[in-house]
Amino acid sequence: MSSGLSPWERVQFARHPRRPYTLDYIGCLFDDFVELHGDRLFADDPALVGGPARLAGRSVMVLGHQKGRDARENALRRFGMPRPEGYRKALRLMKQAEKFGLPLICLVDTPGADPTLPSEERGQALAIATNLLEMSRLRVPTIAAIIGEGGSGGALAVAVADRVLMLENAIYSVVTPEGCASILWKNVALAPEAAQSMKITAEDIWRFGIVDGVVPEPAGGAHADPARAMLELGMALRDTLDDLDGSYGRGATLDVERLLSDRFDKYRGIGVFDEG
Amino acid sequence: MPIRDFFHRRGAGSPDIPDDLWARCGNERCRDLIYSREFEKNLRVCSKCEHHTRLSARARIAQLLDPNSFHEEDAELRPGDPLGFVSDGQPYRDKLADSREKTGLEEAVLCGTGRIEDVAMRALVADFGFMGASMGSVVGEKVARGVERSVQDRLPLVAVCASGGARMHEGIFSLMQMAKTAATLARLAEAQVPFFALLTDPTTGGVTASFAGLGDVLLAEPGALVGFAGPRVIEQITKQKLPPRAQRSEFQLEHGMIDLVVHRRDLRPTLGRLLRHYSPPTAYAAGGPSRNGKEA
Repeated sequence: MSSGLSPWERVQFARHPRRPYTLDYIGCLFDDFVELHGDRLFADDPALVGGPARLAGRSVMVLGHQKGRDARENALRRFGMPRPEGYRKALRLMKQAEKFGLPLICLVDTPGADPTLPSEERGQALAIATNLLEMSRLRVPTIAAIIGEGGSGGALAVAVADRVLMLENAIYSVVTPEGCASILWKNVALAPEAAQSMKITAEDIWRFGIVDGVVPEPAGGAHADPARAMLELGMALRDTLDDLDGSYGRGATLDVERLLSDRFDKYRGIGVFDEG
Repeated sequence: MPIRDFFHRRGAGSPDIPDDLWARCGNERCRDLIYSREFEKNLRVCSKCEHHTRLSARARIAQLLDPNSFHEEDAELRPGDPLGFVSDGQPYRDKLADSREKTGLEEAVLCGTGRIEDVAMRALVADFGFMGASMGSVVGEKVARGVERSVQDRLPLVAVCASGGARMHEGIFSLMQMAKTAATLARLAEAQVPFFALLTDPTTGGVTASFAGLGDVLLAEPGALVGFAGPRVIEQITKQKLPPRAQRSEFQLEHGMIDLVVHRRDLRPTLGRLLRHYSPPTAYAAGGPSRNGKEA
């Protein structure tokens, strides 16, 4: 465990450019991946990638946010910030997983959904809202893993899953620390304080019961030993698939109604309030 | 003495509500003085520039619902402080106390049953004055409970939305309300109970990207800011000035994102028509139409 790190240091780990990204995980852990493209409405979005692949000998649908490692790649992938067409492609792949009975695996790594005028013109908010609703009732087992940045609605739009895993140095937050500092204190320089206040580390998020498991990272973080980090997630994904099989059955024996009812209860129950 | 001179002598200290007799248009480019009784009769729409002034939840209910028809539900819900959040030295609980004091409300949303043009319905009404109607656990819970009650009693749902987005003070719990509200709306859709979302100025962030964006019919008031990212965020990120009408309700209509832009005076008749169209008799709704070719 990388204990002793401050939340702001965790943010730097979560954003480290040598940290494995979605396509690294797919390349390392999955076989026979076929990347599918396009939302059939407007465009293909390279900030969100996915398609069918094999994990531990079985076909699944895998998708995730994809960041770039240099300026050129980030111009293409927009730092892993999907536009509406990215979320609509994700929805298309989710529906395809449902149609063909494939478990869905979503790798989450985004600062947030793309906040630009073109995204607004094409209904960013409505694309996200639709995914939240559809994921809550997708009739196949679903797993999400927060591998780096789990940034706001842009992350949640592919993370309303039966089981949610989080890497040890990943962060999961309602807004970026910079965004929080800018909105509350009108000062981006206070992002480290915001990171502290918002409680965005894996320990905090797990303690709150929002994620089901924390996946350990090698000493020094996933970027220090990417191969080891990817293997750890691979084992966790296999175990989680097995666990879902054990709980709900698989293929023809899948108890879809119980799966959906448990998934509903999981999200319906989140909130802290008093009934005076 | 001209009446405006009279005002200037009396009402110097309070620019927004000069006194009981006069109100001022909220549009920065207009700021016209309007005789209060006229302004109320005009549903707080400026008679000169047509600017729709933001309404408190209570004022909205008084305007939109049939007189005295509103019966509040889930009034007992109170926010918690799961993060122990402190901002500028002010604990979240103190911030909440200030907002309660300011608005006379316990939280940013009111839920209850009522009638519009004599059609029974359930209303969820946001109050932007309460911490920008940001969505924390209580807002999410009230929406979820309202939706679930409508699944049970089949009352059509009308949400009058406004929001700056997430309640940052509640961190990840705020984010998760998006999933919670959307999941309950999936059940409302399966129950074939209609959901109308009226987007008022401003409706942005996680509220637009969850329950507000999931209405069967999306209506907006003229000139309302409606979107995901706020204009300030977009301008910071892109370093470009937005066109003046970007993200306004007319822009959203033009881009196919909402169904209707409706003047405040036409809201009751428009919602009344929609409620009558989409509220089939219970017997019909319960018996069909069938799903997946099977009889219900």
